[in-house]
Amino acid sequence: MNAYLERIYNGIIKENPTFVSMLGMCPTLAVTTSLINGAGMGLTTTVVLIMSNLMISLLRKIIPDRVRVPAFIVVVASFVTIVQFILEAYLPSLNDSLGIYIPLIVVNCIILGRAESYASKNPVGLSACDGIGMGLGFTIALSILGAFREILGAGSIAGIVIYGEGSVLGGIFESGTPISIMILAPGAFFVLAMLVAIQNKVRLRQGKQRMEVKCCGNCGACGGCNDEALKAEVAKKEEE
Amino acid sequence: MNLLLLALSAALVNNVVLSQFLGLCPFLGVSKKVGTAAGMGAAVTFVLTLASMITYGIQVGILNEGAPLCRADLTFLQTIVFILVIAALVQFVEMVLKKLMPALYQALGVYLPLITTNCAVLGVAILNIQKSYSFLESIINSVGTALGFTIAIVVLAGLREKMEHNDIPEAFKGMPIVLITSGLMAIAFFGFSGLI
Repeated sequence: MNAYLERIYNGIIKENPTFVSMLGMCPTLAVTTSLINGAGMGLTTTVVLIMSNLMISLLRKIIPDRVRVPAFIVVVASFVTIVQFILEAYLPSLNDSLGIYIPLIVVNCIILGRAESYASKNPVGLSACDGIGMGLGFTIALSILGAFREILGAGSIAGIVIYGEGSVLGGIFESGTPISIMILAPGAFFVLAMLVAIQNKVRLRQGKQRMEVKCCGNCGACGGCNDEALKAEVAKKEEE
Repeated sequence: MNLLLLALSAALVNNVVLSQFLGLCPFLGVSKKVGTAAGMGAAVTFVLTLASMITYGIQVGILNEGAPLCRADLTFLQTIVFILVIAALVQFVEMVLKKLMPALYQALGVYLPLITTNCAVLGVAILNIQKSYSFLESIINSVGTALGFTIAIVVLAGLREKMEHNDIPEAFKGMPIVLITSGLMAIAFFGFSGLI
């Protein structure tokens, strides 16, 4: 397979940031109250991810190793600010429903993680494709979660009511009642738990390990928690 | 009285993890043992309070239009400035504690690098400005939020310690059961919404 296509495939399927690595949990749970919100957050993150991967890859030989994390944060924060203003101007309704989570894209593990583990070591074209792949993988995952929660919790999909009062299908579908807790905070935990459990079931049958959070507590600098030393230190503290 | 309500609402009603989903990484990642969870909670409380005080000062002193230190409107720099200030602050706190208070460093040191770019810290700093709180209200809100985080993570760690001995279906072991427990905790915290 072409190396660029391989990067995109890798991001969407093989190393899907949400379903395989379990990174970026805060936006994953917080904004997936509907399909539109989930997809909107995913696409916003994708834009930031592609731009920051591109920029960091271009600057990879200039940024000194010792100050690389602050440098990455400045690059990411600049693009987040730009995207935030674009959303405010052209998509005010999406901007309102995502709210505080737009500036918080800065501390999304996926973006700093890809900068640290891929874009800072690889050429521009591949890094951009990596950003597209990871971004789309994140978007798809958020859309799936959003769709599940919207169907269960509001009885609708992308705003079209399927069951419950005012159903477009009419007849028997008018009588259903959505489980409104699914679009509230606890529903996010439940839906994600079920999706992970289903994956676990499949993985255990294939003789693979269970899913684990790759994050050791630091939302930004973990890079999929490549920081083994830090992880070991926390593990040691837990032993005591 | 208003301040007390603000603190209660930040800690219990709008719990930072269970209803706003900020700081989920440490919540899920460092909650295997009560001891470590309490350490994480203390570190977050410390950094969150300090960070919100400093970011509030920067917003009022520099970024706002017509602020005393710079008259131009620099509010568009908020995200960039806040995240850099928080990252630098955590590094600085780590150095100071190591030098001056070795006992406290021993207790919190491991967790400090973990919360450099914690979403809860940045999130609360930005929310304080967005809701146009006064300086005192910002501090109360931050302390309340951090307390809420500590309560949630310690309770989850306690439950996880108990769950180690339970018979859980194979596929639900690990993350899924932790997520379901958090969901049930979130439902329980809904009960507090009648409080205010």
